[in-house]
Amino acid sequence: MKILVCISKAPDTTSKIAFTDNNSKFDENGVQFIVNPYDEWYALVRALEIKEAGGGNVTILNVGGADNDPIIRKALAIGADDAVRIESSTEDALSVAKQIAEYTKQNTFDMVFCGKETIDYNGSQVAGMVAELLNVPFVSLASKLSLSGNTATIEREIEGGVEVVEVTTPFVISAAKGMAEARIPNMRGIMAARTKPLTVLPAYSSQNATKVKAFTLPPAKSACKFVDASNVEELVSLLHNEAKAI
Amino acid sequence: MSILIYAETNNGTLTKNAIEAANYGGLLASKTGNKAIALVIGASNGLDQLGKYGISKVLHFTNSGTSDFDPQKVTHVVAEAVKSENSTIVIFAHDYSGKSVAPRLSAKLDAGLVSGAIALPNTENGFSVKKAVFSGKAFAEVEILTSTKIISVLPNSVEKVNNQVTAEIVPFNTELPSTQLKVKEIKKESTELSLTEADIVVSAGRGLKGPENWGMIEDLAHALGAATACSRPVADIGWRPHHEHVGQTGLAIRPNLYFAIGISGAIQHLAGVNGSKIIVAINTDAEAPFFKAADYGIIGDAFDVVPKLVEAVKKFKASNN
Repeated sequence: MKILVCISKAPDTTSKIAFTDNNSKFDENGVQFIVNPYDEWYALVRALEIKEAGGGNVTILNVGGADNDPIIRKALAIGADDAVRIESSTEDALSVAKQIAEYTKQNTFDMVFCGKETIDYNGSQVAGMVAELLNVPFVSLASKLSLSGNTATIEREIEGGVEVVEVTTPFVISAAKGMAEARIPNMRGIMAARTKPLTVLPAYSSQNATKVKAFTLPPAKSACKFVDASNVEELVSLLHNEAKAI
Repeated sequence: MSILIYAETNNGTLTKNAIEAANYGGLLASKTGNKAIALVIGASNGLDQLGKYGISKVLHFTNSGTSDFDPQKVTHVVAEAVKSENSTIVIFAHDYSGKSVAPRLSAKLDAGLVSGAIALPNTENGFSVKKAVFSGKAFAEVEILTSTKIISVLPNSVEKVNNQVTAEIVPFNTELPSTQLKVKEIKKESTELSLTEADIVVSAGRGLKGPENWGMIEDLAHALGAATACSRPVADIGWRPHHEHVGQTGLAIRPNLYFAIGISGAIQHLAGVNGSKIIVAINTDAEAPFFKAADYGIIGDAFDVVPKLVEAVKKFKASNN
């Protein structure tokens, strides 16, 4: 199986969120960047497990600038075979999806794995767009995947439950919790990653469909109102009269 | 020109998220002087209630072959409806089905998509939509640059407004493409209230000390008409099922009222619940980070506080009925 795993760069979960350039850009000053957790823990690790069980190749694809190379090397250290970075500064999901789809059309893959969303833009968009551009099935929020030949049985989250679907390759999934367990790269993996191929390709032409005009921070939360543990009736009354929540 | 709303049904009735998407589309139609048209796939009751939210026309697609949800087929039907109604704006709910279909439609129509919108678009200078980013720690005003625009609306974020018109229900038909996806089985926890749709959620963590102590959490949820949830460690040790796990890696929820009982409030947990309108934290540790995110707090032992709270809620409910 040839598997393409799309990864994004994301600020570490505990990063301070601040903005620059008249609130139009995320302030990267002092921010630690990581592989977007859903892409790494679920999409990449499940792809590696499939390769370990049945052979094949796992390619990492990232759309971004040279500052993304460290997170691409991290993905190689976890066990991917090779990587491609498409040189582009776009932050628009549809443009990113077009880059991935064009690359995929020219280098066929059996499966394309993405994470369910990035932890910065929380869009949940790119994987579905890639599937449509390739005219193949898309299984969103996949929590389990098993393969038999070129048929995959996939569990996906739906409202209040789980749906089991069957698809044949090629297809695209977005991976969610349950797909796999996070792996920590070992020293051998880190050493090997230095010499694994990372190809940089120019961007395919595309126009942005969306653009962030401005970021804002939520208003400061007012202080927590404490109720004495011996007076729970007071809490019920506050929730009814003040918060109007019950 | 029109606004098309994809309104999903479940077991023959419109979902709560579908009603919210219709409300959003109806309000946007009034604001922009457009007609709001809903598209419903599959047999459904109560479609005329969409008129209450400003929907003047309902396209009802009832061909066979759509009983199983296949996003590729649904995308095709929505795209055909966009064409026949000359729609320039398409509205989805940002839920499980919206996350499958809206991105596909965006690529198919080459239309910009803002997913997880929390307010009506700003149409004064261009067309931009506000959404939560960085797992709820900030907001972004995103401009859509294409002529056709797609918005998926975050559940429980835009207030419903009564905007009564008469909804004309018309059949809608189109050929379905053949696709490679087969739905084998749907497993639903039908007895429980869906966690992402619940108005009130009672959640507990490691502070409960063991799975045998969840009875009082269920009692509180039952008294409030709430769904139950849990923190990640609790799901990982197997005290509670994984589908109850809320937080960054689990479900992100936005109820009106969220009870966090014996949960310290790690940043990863908060990322999944910080969209809740009101948060109540109950914890023995006065320094628990959850108290910084909470609106109301009780510093105390859950084993003492929760049973008393159950009684207080029952008493309140009895006197209010």
